[in-house]
Order: sequence, then C-alpha cells, then structure tokens
Amino acid sequence: MKIKSALENYIFVLPAVLIFSIFYIIPFFSVLQLGFYDWDGILPTKIFIGLSNFKEIFSDRIWWQSLWQSGYITLIALTFQNALAFLLAWACDREIRMKNFYRVIFFIPPVLSEVVVGLVWQWILNGNYGILNHWLTHFGFANLTRNWLSDPNTALTMVAIVHCWKGFGWGFLLFLAGLQTIPRELYEAAHVDGANAWQSFKSVTIPMMISVVVLVAILTILGTMQVFVLIYTMTGGGPGYHTEVPVLRILASMRGSSRFGYACAQGITFGVILCMISFVQLIVSRKAKN
Amino acid sequence: MKSGLYYKTKKVTLNLIIHLLLLTVATTCILPLLWMISSSLKTQETIFKDMSIIPRVFHFENYYQAWIEGGFGRYFLNSIFYTVAVVIGIVFISSMAAYAFSRLRFPGRNVLFFIFMAAMMIPLQGSFVALYVLLNKLHLRNTALGYILCMINVGLSTSIFLLKTFFDKMPKELEDAARIDGCSKIGIWWHVALPLAKPVLAVVVILNALNVWNEFILALLIFDSRPLMPLQVALMTFQGEFVTRYPLLMAGLTIAALPIIILYLLMQKYIIKGVTQGAVVG
Repeated sequence: MKIKSALENYIFVLPAVLIFSIFYIIPFFSVLQLGFYDWDGILPTKIFIGLSNFKEIFSDRIWWQSLWQSGYITLIALTFQNALAFLLAWACDREIRMKNFYRVIFFIPPVLSEVVVGLVWQWILNGNYGILNHWLTHFGFANLTRNWLSDPNTALTMVAIVHCWKGFGWGFLLFLAGLQTIPRELYEAAHVDGANAWQSFKSVTIPMMISVVVLVAILTILGTMQVFVLIYTMTGGGPGYHTEVPVLRILASMRGSSRFGYACAQGITFGVILCMISFVQLIVSRKAKN
Repeated sequence: MKSGLYYKTKKVTLNLIIHLLLLTVATTCILPLLWMISSSLKTQETIFKDMSIIPRVFHFENYYQAWIEGGFGRYFLNSIFYTVAVVIGIVFISSMAAYAFSRLRFPGRNVLFFIFMAAMMIPLQGSFVALYVLLNKLHLRNTALGYILCMINVGLSTSIFLLKTFFDKMPKELEDAARIDGCSKIGIWWHVALPLAKPVLAVVVILNALNVWNEFILALLIFDSRPLMPLQVALMTFQGEFVTRYPLLMAGLTIAALPIIILYLLMQKYIIKGVTQGAVVG
C-alpha cells in the first residue's frame, strides 16, 4: 500500500523530472565533457585533447577583451542604471499624483524583447538617417553627430546605455517595493528628533534598504555579464571586436568556426567566473548585513 | 515668519522638480516606441527625409505588406502557437510537480526539489551548444516540438517555485474534505488545488508568456526553415535581408511589440507581483 502510494506520487513529478533531465541535466554534463574535446559538431569522431581548449582560452585575446567589455557594460549598469532606478523609486515613494502612471511606464522597456529594443535603437542611432543625429543637428550640436554604433569610441557605451534603458525598470520596481516596506513611523521619529531630509535618508532609508540594494546589485551583475541578444541585434559585436561579449564569442565559436569543444570550454570558463563573482558577492553581502 | 508659506513653497518646488524628473524619464521610455510606430507609417522615400514624429500621411498599407509580403502574419501565428503551447505545458507540468513537492510524500522529494532550485542559481553558459547537439541527435532540431519542449524546460524551475510557495501556505482542510469524500490525488490536485491557485497561476502564465514571446537564442539555433520561425528570429532575418526596407521592418517590430505592451497594460498587477516575487528567488 505504502509503495503503491509512493509510486502514485512519483507520477506527479515525472513529467517535470523527465523534461528537466533531458533538456537541462544532460546538456549540463555534456558541456562539462565537450570542453575537453576537439569537435566540429558534425563528425562522429571527437578527439580528447585534455586541457588544450582551456590553454587556448588563456591566450585568446578577443575572449578576454569580450569579458572586459561585458564588465564595462556591467559597471555602467551597476552605477548609472541602479542610481537612476533608486532615484526614481525614491521620487515615487511619496504622496504624488500620477504615481501609478509612472510605475506603469517605467516597466514598459523591460517587457519588450531585446530584438525589438535593439533594432529600434539601431534605427534611432543610425549614422545617416537616425533621429538622434537629426535632432543634434537641429539644435545646433552638429559637431557631436557621429555614426554611434560603428564608431569604436562610442559603440560600446551606446550599447551600455540602451541596456540601461531597457533594464532600469527592474531595479526601480524592486527598490520601490523595498522603500514601501519601511514603516512611516521611522521617518516621523527621525523628523521629531530634528533630522533633516538628508539625515533621515542616511539613518533610516539606507540601513533599511541595504538588503534590497545588495539583491539588485547581484541581479544586475549576473544579468548584465550575460547580455548578448541586444548586442547581437545592434552591432553584432562590431565594429571590429569593440562590442563583443562572452556569450557572443561562445556563439561565434559554435556557429562561425564550428568549434563545439572550444565553445563549451569558453562556456565552462565563463560559468566559473560568474560563480566566483556570485561567491564574492555572497560574502560581501553577509558582511554588509552584520 | 518661516512657517506656513515658506514650507508650502518648498514642498511645491520639490514636487515640481520630482515631476519634471519623472516625466523626463517617462518620455524617454515612450519616445523610441513612438518613433518606431511613426517610422512604420512612412514610405521608403519619406522615411529618410521626414523626421517628424507624426507623419504627414499615414501609410497603413505597410502593415498589410509586412503581414503578407514580409511574412510577419505567418511568424506572428507561429509565435502565438509556441507561446500558448509552452504556457499550457508549463502550467500542467509545474503545478503537478509543485503540488507533489508541497503535499505528497515520497523518497527523494527534497533532493529533487533542491535540484530544481539549484538550476535557477547556476549560471550555466553555453548550454545552448550542448542543447543544439542533443536536439540534433533526437531529430528534434528544426521542429516545433523540440522548441516547445526546450522552452517548457526553461520556465519549469521558477514556475515550480512560485506554485510550491503558494501550495505551502494553502489551508489543508479543503483537501482533507475532498479526500474523505473519496477524491483521488489527481482529483484533488485538479478539483481543489488548481482552482485555489488561480492568482499564482495567472502570474505563472503571464511571466512565461512574456518569456516565450520574447525568446530569441534557442529559436535562432533550433529553426533553419523559415515557415517555422517565431517573430523575434524572423525580424532579425528580415533586417539582414532587406536592409533598406525600414518601414516594413518597423511595422514588423510594432507587430512584435504591441501584443506584449497590451498584455502588460492589462495584466500589470500580476506582472509586477511576479517580478518582485521571482527576483527574491534568483
């Protein structure tokens, strides 16, 4: 009876476990394995080459450049995007009109697909026919106009800004949710004690928000390091390799040069780097809480 | 005399600055989309010269052309089909699993649940390489079924988490009553648990629908043949081939963006709830 009941219970989880095993667990281990092989993805023969792929990654300059560039985008997202998100959340956390309107609008970019956002912004930033250059000329800043996405000096920053445009609504929402959980009495108490706006912000808001800030920071870093669809649609990694990011490199190893083993080795390297980042953050956030 | 009027003026000024800031950012959110729609209503000749946000003549025929000639009608229906199929799959599979993880007892329950949750945390990069190889082996690449199964897998962990959290808090009395009435386990799940879980199911449905509709990379790798492609990949292909046909591309982008914006405006309560809950997991 007991065995029969347990078997019956397994039926509930069977479909989920089956799909998860085939489409998550198997690929997971096969990435770990393929990283040590030289394989073009087609021929049945895979050649075991030990750590050669990883050695090659160490001297792959474009790989490290791509990693640095996604780090640059992450840095901008972490500072500019999250500061903006926090400022807007703080501005909305009070009795003002149209609060709901703002909240609804700010979350429109995050629900759009990266393909749509990338292609629309590519059109806006177009060097010859883009509206941005048109307006710059119109308002007398003609000397600022440029081919934003094919100029090596601006391409990466432009991509980062569009990434922030698409993403700030997330942080805004989480910050606002956090701010609204702070009891009003704390502010009133601070006010009674004679604290001005800045002092009550420093001694009430920041301590109460620290865990939300850490959460948003972790999500921003992990999310932004893995950015690539936006870049794929806006620049494709160019000009040259100036907007390449790791996931684009993995894709290029796989589709461009048919080096499946090398692509998997890159994937493993990147995964390990991300795990190390999350580990460091975990320690830092523990320390921040104490 | 630093009371009354002084504080009132100060407050009004602060509110004014705040509204100015919020309005500026809100405008930056909307303007690119307006520009997209505006560009989709111009012709191939006017689009490079007419820089006004509201075009002089509205060329709605672009949408007809994009829908028929550009093939976006086909891709649109593909996207709808994949979205509906994946969401239905996820709702059934994840709610059954979540119910079992929450209510039923069987050996290995906690380990299995832990594995599902760990999958959300581990940033596995390049899994699409292995997935591509696997689907080739299973002859599922370039098939609708292959894509649907992959996308069901993508949404499973988060959906199971959201549903289990709900089932854990759900009172047991109703289920007990149903059991005494002789209802089977499947019956209880279907007749008692699922109807009660409607608010969470709404969150699960909407989050996954957004995710599937907007998905790009797996669709890019899985589909070679044009007639099977969903909108997002088709837009990218269209952009590569018809570089100069911007009005049609913009019409295609609008076709891809509008349903999502409408869905969002109708369901924002659930989306915002799902986002704030989902973030706490990851």
